[in-house]
Amino acid sequence: MADRPVLDAVGLTRQFAGAHGVRDVSLQVHAGERVALLGHNGAGKSTLMKAVLGLLPIDSGTVSIAGQPLGTVAARVAVAYLPEAVSFHPALTGREQIRLFARLAGVKTGDGDALLENVGLADAADRRIGTYSKGMRQRLGMAQVFLGKPMLALLDEPTSGLDPMARHDLYALIDSLAAGGTGVVIASHALTEIEARTDRIAILRHGQMVADASLKELFARAAMPIHIRVKAKHDAAALFDRFGGRRINGAQVEFAVTQDQKLARLAEVIAMGAQVADVEIIPSSLEDLYRHYSGQEERA
Amino acid sequence: MIRVLAIATTEFRILRRNRWLLTATGLLSVFALALTLSGATNSGALGVDLLTVSVASMTTLAVYLVPLVALLMSFETIAGDAERGSLALVLTYPVSRSALLAGKFLAHLSGLTIAVITGFGLAGLLAFALGGAGMASALALARLMLGAVLLGSAFIAIGYVVSAFSGSVAAAAGGAGFVWLVLVVLYDLVLLALVIWDDGGVFSRQVFPWVLAANPADALRLFSVTASAEQALVTGMGAAAAVLPRWTALASLLIWPVLGLLLARVAFARRVP
Ligand SMILES: Nc1ncnc2c1ncn2[C@@H]1O[C@H](COP(=O)(O)OP(=O)(O)OP(=O)(O)O)[C@@H](O)[C@H]1O
Ligand SMILES: [Mg+2]
Repeated sequence: MADRPVLDAVGLTRQFAGAHGVRDVSLQVHAGERVALLGHNGAGKSTLMKAVLGLLPIDSGTVSIAGQPLGTVAARVAVAYLPEAVSFHPALTGREQIRLFARLAGVKTGDGDALLENVGLADAADRRIGTYSKGMRQRLGMAQVFLGKPMLALLDEPTSGLDPMARHDLYALIDSLAAGGTGVVIASHALTEIEARTDRIAILRHGQMVADASLKELFARAAMPIHIRVKAKHDAAALFDRFGGRRINGAQVEFAVTQDQKLARLAEVIAMGAQVADVEIIPSSLEDLYRHYSGQEERA
Repeated sequence: MIRVLAIATTEFRILRRNRWLLTATGLLSVFALALTLSGATNSGALGVDLLTVSVASMTTLAVYLVPLVALLMSFETIAGDAERGSLALVLTYPVSRSALLAGKFLAHLSGLTIAVITGFGLAGLLAFALGGAGMASALALARLMLGAVLLGSAFIAIGYVVSAFSGSVAAAAGGAGFVWLVLVVLYDLVLLALVIWDDGGVFSRQVFPWVLAANPADALRLFSVTASAEQALVTGMGAAAAVLPRWTALASLLIWPVLGLLLARVAFARRVP
């Protein structure tokens, strides 16, 4: 029972006239897990979140949140949401807005005030939202996610428009949310942030789930080449003849190897002794991985 | 219920901050006072007191202005929330769409009531100060206030319907203007044309009064008139009012807000945030 997922979506389908929406998407999220949801613009990330939240009617599939079926009050109590590019009524102050959400969530209004402090809005709490910067609105949106200790949080591009420090703070908030046992789904385009900050990666392409595993597993499964760059002491021609690949500004050669060839090829490089000035191993980046999964069809 | 109140206080705050409350109250007050003052010069001619004349002219004013003020308060609310993305967010909270609508309605109705009572009340006080008010005309004024609030609540609800169907705030504004034009202006013009064309036939005598009462704005005219013979004398609406049972106008004014809110609920349910 302890391992029952906080989000269990199975075979979710929602088509739009002329657009793919999401097709037969399944996604499980467990308590305390941080899942990154990646995909091109229009891949269906926001659609998936709205469908899971019951905001968008679905054509088929089932969703349960913390064991509660979609649309029930219990499911809504268990879930928190940060919409993409959310804004609030400009005439209200941050404090008034968070207190409204606190009342709607059925928690003490004092909790709302404390959350404003956590997201660094304490000084601006009594100013109108109309005077807030984009980042401040985003923080306000993030503050309400914490209300009522949700079991599941769906964050749609939470870091868009934030400065580097604010992003760092926001991921610290997300970590604390997950540490408290909340399952977190983060839709994002910021790959570098995702790498260190999530436990699992799900990639949508044209409305279909094309990958859903830990980063390590995804790299292994993709069997993507690792690049070795060798710098010659005098002349790169011999190295090029030996390893192939491509030459970089005369003195260097870069070639691709697979994971299981890596050590053998490195040994060969080292065996060349004095000819080699330096060697560099370039692992494939998350960007390569993302390109691999989200662009599969185009390449095939 | 706590959630309805939370939404209502927030929406009322928005109404105040937007200055809609001030604008609405100011607008109604200025017109009501001006009409009362101008009535002071000719009330003697009809042999009735100042407030009677004033209520009659304020009724004509209310028929146009109250629906406008009500729509201005309500047209933005759903489309605006949707545009900002906060509607989607609020709907993920454990609050039903009915509760959301009820909270908004409570706030907008309070705002409208304040504007109506202040505006028309000031005019009543002015008439009293000028010595042209009595028991009967005071009752007529109270009746006008009640009718105006009912008319306003109908148009607040209609504003929600427009807002729920509109993709953007701009579209909602256009829709609200269109509804006002059709229900308040064109409806009467078409009826007038039909009556003239009919030239005292069956339509004018039997159908026209009912069609008139079916429109909430015209129902306010009838409601205000049926109060007393004196009012009928001043407004010249007596003929139509005489054909209808006494309850017709009030029934129309009561049914419209309920119908409007039901329609708004249905329209809101269909809306994907
Ligand atoms: N209400 C709608 N009506 C019609 N089509 C829609 C609607 N909402 C989304 N779509 C379409 O569904 C597809 C997925 O959109 P979605 O917003 O989920 O993408 P996304 O992955 O969130 O993209 P982004 O990274 O740009 O936010 C797009 O092709 C979009 O045009
Ligand atoms: Mg999106």
